[in-house]
Amino acid sequence: MQSALPTQDRVVVAQTAHFDTPLALKSGAVLPSYDLVYETYGTLNADASNAILVCHALSGNHHVAGVYSADDKKPGWWDNIVGAGKPIDTDRFFVIGLNNLGGCHGSTGPKSINPLTGEAYGASFPLVTVEDWVASQARLADYLGIRQFAAIMGGSLGGMQVLHWSIAHPERVRHCLVIASAPKLTAQNIAFNDVARQAILTDPDFHGGDYYQYGTYPRRGLRLARMLGHITYLSDDVMGSKFGRILRQGGFNYSYDVDFEIESYLRYQGDKFADSFDANTYLLMTKALDYFDPTHAAPEAGLSVALAPAQAAFLVISFTTDWRFAPERSREIVKALLDNGQQVSYAEIVSTHGHDAFLMPDAHYHALVRAYMGRVSV
Amino acid sequence: MMRQDFQTIADWIPARAKVLDLGCGDGKLLKHLQDTRQAHAYGVELSDANVLACVQNGVNVIQRNLEVGLAEFATDSFDYVVLSQTLQAMHHTEAILREMLRVAHAGIVTFPNFGYWKNRLQVVRGHMPVSDDIPYQWYDTPNVHLCTMHDFEALCTKLDIRICERVVMTAGKRVHFMQNLTGSLAVYRFERNT
Repeated sequence: MQSALPTQDRVVVAQTAHFDTPLALKSGAVLPSYDLVYETYGTLNADASNAILVCHALSGNHHVAGVYSADDKKPGWWDNIVGAGKPIDTDRFFVIGLNNLGGCHGSTGPKSINPLTGEAYGASFPLVTVEDWVASQARLADYLGIRQFAAIMGGSLGGMQVLHWSIAHPERVRHCLVIASAPKLTAQNIAFNDVARQAILTDPDFHGGDYYQYGTYPRRGLRLARMLGHITYLSDDVMGSKFGRILRQGGFNYSYDVDFEIESYLRYQGDKFADSFDANTYLLMTKALDYFDPTHAAPEAGLSVALAPAQAAFLVISFTTDWRFAPERSREIVKALLDNGQQVSYAEIVSTHGHDAFLMPDAHYHALVRAYMGRVSV
Repeated sequence: MMRQDFQTIADWIPARAKVLDLGCGDGKLLKHLQDTRQAHAYGVELSDANVLACVQNGVNVIQRNLEVGLAEFATDSFDYVVLSQTLQAMHHTEAILREMLRVAHAGIVTFPNFGYWKNRLQVVRGHMPVSDDIPYQWYDTPNVHLCTMHDFEALCTKLDIRICERVVMTAGKRVHFMQNLTGSLAVYRFERNT
């Protein structure tokens, strides 16, 4: 759906919040100070009760919706769901998107300059976790004067942040939308992440993470990592229907150049990503995915016990062809919430788009989110 | 308009009960139970349209195929499990009745009574019945396991289910005389025998 607003009214400007209070990280490291870059859409009401936080996934950032100029052709990454008159209606809600710590779009991360050394953090930037992100997001909420969110939402790794919010700050969130996510990664999922990391770590241009000072960039590694990731975000179905065995030039080349359309597509996606993302951030984000497990401290107690502190109502959504964050993983979350008698609705959306489906404008999916948000009082 | 069996079901559900409604449709019964009984309610539905309707009606709904059981629902986690006008459309009839009484101590089932005289008459005349409570042509029906009240009660005996209460209705009014013949819709409340 097109936004009701003319383009010039959808222009957003990213803002920066600086924090001087040291942040103690889960790893034991401490960030003495840091910046968080964020954007907001809509208007915070007088009692600050209409705020929604959007948590981003592996390669996301703070630019959730809107455009940067009247002729900007590329709106934010979740612009199809967030905006005036859209399922997350910014005429009603005040929506916040931020770039997580460790990111490469303005928030403090490995490519930022360490104020203590005057050089990029590089390898010295500590590993941050989902828990650390939520802690920093809570500080951003304080900074913006938001005591309690009407809702916190996210897909994939973003959904994990939503889950952690619900248990770390149960009194600060009324509704949780956990989309195409999982309570923790499976061995297969961690395995994919490690192959991606190995591609980066073994790139000769990586220099142990300090490539900034060598004037190099592990572009080949990041490109491979993204190509691998991209395969896992699509379903076999959609790859088959979109590319099949279509040949780029109608015949075989009998060489290692591009023969099949799928090769061309993946290389293009890899190139595009490698030119716009930071390899250290990619490493860090995949590690945050691998580490997240609300049952880590007490595995035998299980997910129900881990989620017991949550007070929010939940909408959990999965997509039928998503094999990276399969419906079964979402049902684990649902089961745990049901065990606790917590408020939860669960929908399994029929989609051919695999994991990427959570970013697609599917009519039923969006109708569900719209209907659910209709229940959210402000 | 509320379906005719809803009021009977609602009358049986005590205040603040934990209720699971299987095949909950658009969630109207649960909404009624939430509004009038402060029930702690969840529905289970398979159809996308009904899941959406439940969310619109402000009812917790879990999208799931009942034929594969109720794995997400822990043993004894509800006070009542309701299966209203869905039993006849289930392939795994025995399995769902067992699952209901695993998840809760008590269950409520409603189904169209195949023994109703108008149904019998149509069969005698050589046709599959089509009526208010069985409003489908034989070739285009979700119903796979139609039964009479006698049949259902025999199955309960076989499954060691104790029938606690039975309300039989025709066109929204209760019938009391020769119910398996005069009743179009049967509503049962039952419990585990142990």
